[in-house]
Amino acid sequence: MGRLRRRLLGWLWSRPALQGWTLIAPAGGWLLLFFLVPIGIMVGYSVMRRGIYGGVEPGFTLEHYARFFDPLYLAILRRTLVVSALCTLICLVLGYPVAYLIARSRRWRNLLLFLVVLPFWTSFLVRTFAMIFLFRDTGLVNTLLLRLGLIEAPLTLLYTPFAVMAGLVYSFLPFMILPIYATLERQDLSLLEAAAVLGAPPAARFRRVTLPLSMPGVVAGCLLVFIPALGSFLPSDLLGGAKQMLIGNLIQNQFAAARNWPFGSAASLVVMATVLVGVLAYLRTGHRPAPGMR
Amino acid sequence: MRTPRWLGSIVAVVYFFLHLPLLVLVVFSFNASRFSVEWSGFTLDWYRRILERSDILAGLRISLVVGIVSTALSTVLGTLLALGLARHRLRGRSALESLLYVPLVTPEIVVGISLLILFAALNIGLGVATIIIAHVAFSISFVTVVVLARLAGMDRHLEEAALILGADEWTTFFRVTLPQLLPGVLSGALLAFTLSFDDYVITSFVAGSGSSTLPVVVYGMVRRNIEPTVNAISTLVLVFTSILIYLADRLGRERRAR
Amino acid sequence: MSASATTVPAVEFRTVSKAFGPTKAVEALSLTIARGEFFSLLGPSGCGKTTTLRLLAGFETPDPGGEILIHGERVTSKRPYQRHLSMVFQNYALFPHLSVERNVAFGLEQRRMPAVGIRPRVRQALELVRLDPDTFSRRMPSQLSGGQRQRIALARALVLEPTILLLDEPLGAIDLKLRKEMQLELKALNQRLGITFVYVTHDQEEALTMSDRIAVMDRARIVQVGTPAEIYENPRTAFVAGFIGESNFLDGRAGGQAGGRWTVRRRDGLSFLIPDQAGLREGTPIRIAVRPEWMDLFLPGQVPAGENSILGTVRDVIYLGETMHVIVDGAEAEAMTVAVRNEGQLIKPLPWRRGDAVAVGWLPEDCQVLEEA
Repeated sequence: MGRLRRRLLGWLWSRPALQGWTLIAPAGGWLLLFFLVPIGIMVGYSVMRRGIYGGVEPGFTLEHYARFFDPLYLAILRRTLVVSALCTLICLVLGYPVAYLIARSRRWRNLLLFLVVLPFWTSFLVRTFAMIFLFRDTGLVNTLLLRLGLIEAPLTLLYTPFAVMAGLVYSFLPFMILPIYATLERQDLSLLEAAAVLGAPPAARFRRVTLPLSMPGVVAGCLLVFIPALGSFLPSDLLGGAKQMLIGNLIQNQFAAARNWPFGSAASLVVMATVLVGVLAYLRTGHRPAPGMR
Repeated sequence: MRTPRWLGSIVAVVYFFLHLPLLVLVVFSFNASRFSVEWSGFTLDWYRRILERSDILAGLRISLVVGIVSTALSTVLGTLLALGLARHRLRGRSALESLLYVPLVTPEIVVGISLLILFAALNIGLGVATIIIAHVAFSISFVTVVVLARLAGMDRHLEEAALILGADEWTTFFRVTLPQLLPGVLSGALLAFTLSFDDYVITSFVAGSGSSTLPVVVYGMVRRNIEPTVNAISTLVLVFTSILIYLADRLGRERRAR
Repeated sequence: MSASATTVPAVEFRTVSKAFGPTKAVEALSLTIARGEFFSLLGPSGCGKTTTLRLLAGFETPDPGGEILIHGERVTSKRPYQRHLSMVFQNYALFPHLSVERNVAFGLEQRRMPAVGIRPRVRQALELVRLDPDTFSRRMPSQLSGGQRQRIALARALVLEPTILLLDEPLGAIDLKLRKEMQLELKALNQRLGITFVYVTHDQEEALTMSDRIAVMDRARIVQVGTPAEIYENPRTAFVAGFIGESNFLDGRAGGQAGGRWTVRRRDGLSFLIPDQAGLREGTPIRIAVRPEWMDLFLPGQVPAGENSILGTVRDVIYLGETMHVIVDGAEAEAMTVAVRNEGQLIKPLPWRRGDAVAVGWLPEDCQVLEEA
């Protein structure tokens, strides 16, 4: 057995490329078959005719892409972009200070990190449900406000853009905090000391040293929030009701109720295209030299 | 270079809001009142209810099966992939690395849809098997990235030392490489399991009617009738996930400390 | 192949080359290492010495056209675990998840030695590197100091009773005092156990101290092979003369021959004498190296007859403890370093001060004529 193994290994070793491919093949094959191929089929579907009982029928058409120019769908597209961008911005404003504090604290760092990471890994569904629990008419917020006499009737918090945004920010905040933290943590503190010796007060030190150097983390964080937000579905579904339809909901609808697979495919590809543009833009900036001091 | 006071206050507020909803969720899973948030007594009724509901238990069973199988598969495949990428100079390499990152940036809904399309086109019935296939697909990338990071930090000379001491490649892998990788691999596996256990969106598309995982069941409950049983389930899931993440974190950290 | 009537060399490289993509790490390298020899590969980083060692170990394959032989047998197609060599790595490469005992026993376990046989051998190996087995056997590598890890790595290699031991800059990470101790210990082990040592280092002092022979490498090629004395006292190229110790370089053209000596004329008209060289003709460009300690300082005009001399001005006097280095600016704007033994500046100070006019003198025999690099 041992000798057979050695002979096999010797044969494999003399063909290093084959070694590599044997290791890569299973996983690579899986990804190819269950990622690329489905997307390829989806591309195909997006230009086919809609089938009567769902599914597709042969025949080339661009009608599904054309539908996006309908004001209704353009509005959805625009709303999705605006909502995602706004969510990213809010996450940035809230998340940067948190990342900064964690990076600068030594004693509590592990605990603080763990407390950020924990919600990050908690089920998206559970977190969204927690929002419902808080915001519905008989929910905690309303009950508290009623009890304290601050309002007379329950506020409609659920099924509003506010609830959707709250749900999105709540879900994606850790995605912003962690990359920024990672970049800040690696920063060389002696740079700040050098700036101080050169006469820079704290605000200037932050503006001219810390902030520019943390840009890669900021960009990463923004992308990690913006991209999933574009395709998000649960917050707007559970917290927005039918009124706050985002592209994610539109797509889901096409495959559930509306049974218009080609249109749903086209919509998915529009989302993917937007995502790819964002990723490519990121890779471009990634290759530029890191911003230095002004 | 001390951090200003007001910064600490902002951060405390953010943390508060980050955890408040979950805390509230947990607390009210013990609330005897069914509809309002008035506290009417401590009870474990809602937890007992879980045991009475066959759909929840079935969902749990399927979630565990899917989780374990898909984690096992994706861990093995992902580790092999990482080894292949890290140790061999191959020509299609950068293409493969890009392929690796595609699942990480693709929105879940697109992943779910495309797999549904694939299964429909190939006439494959939706069920536990298709859920497992989907979960492996998105977990592989994840495990691979984690193991790659670990491999990068590993001393290359350890394997060479083993080789010159008389161990062939196979033995070297099992006696030297794997023990070094194991904490990272386990950590990645735990995280992959968590991803699988928690997943709703992708699963909802590939599950079909007969095989609902726990998140799918919970979604249905949230949609239809909000009752504290959902709080109870959520709390249990939260505790379970926290333990897994804690373990994964500890495993991942032990090595770094050296 | 070439059957030597006497002994088969332990290691032989025959025109071995290794390129990584466009970079040539090792080019047409040939060398022979005798049994029991302490052989060093010396050179600056990037010269190819580590690649050469790795080729010997089997971690790299030579490009077609080269052969590596161990004890007369071709090993080019053999994997590291088939070559029966032992190796000590630069960062020790101790298995972090195994105890000291298990680390040292690793190779023996691979050879399917029964446990009863392993234990005493591990003890012996630890004692050989002067570590108490009872204290250290159960410890983990992370609990050891650098020097201790070094010894464990050595024990792990020696316990297999190899005929050839490879060492890749093993003393690099150890502090100076301990390093010198270990150098002597390694040399003692080599002589006592009769194992062939193939040692890679960039530290020329280390190589000179320990080696029987040294191969000086530069940019993928071997530049000179010889005993420490040969390398130090008869460097063949400017690179060797400059890399090992310090050298003063002087240029000129061959003038005429007289009485077993050649005259070399410099551009400023001065000349000096060198010993007779084969194949020298008038007009040939000459470059010589003279070590600082072979030069002496005199008052101008007082250089003894028969010695070469160059006039100059003292630029600096540097205190180095054992020696004094006097930097002299010569007429042709070169700076020469003359090393003078320090007999105690407090009791018998050097008479030379900055700005003094001096004559530097040295014997013609001490001129190392260099090959045109």
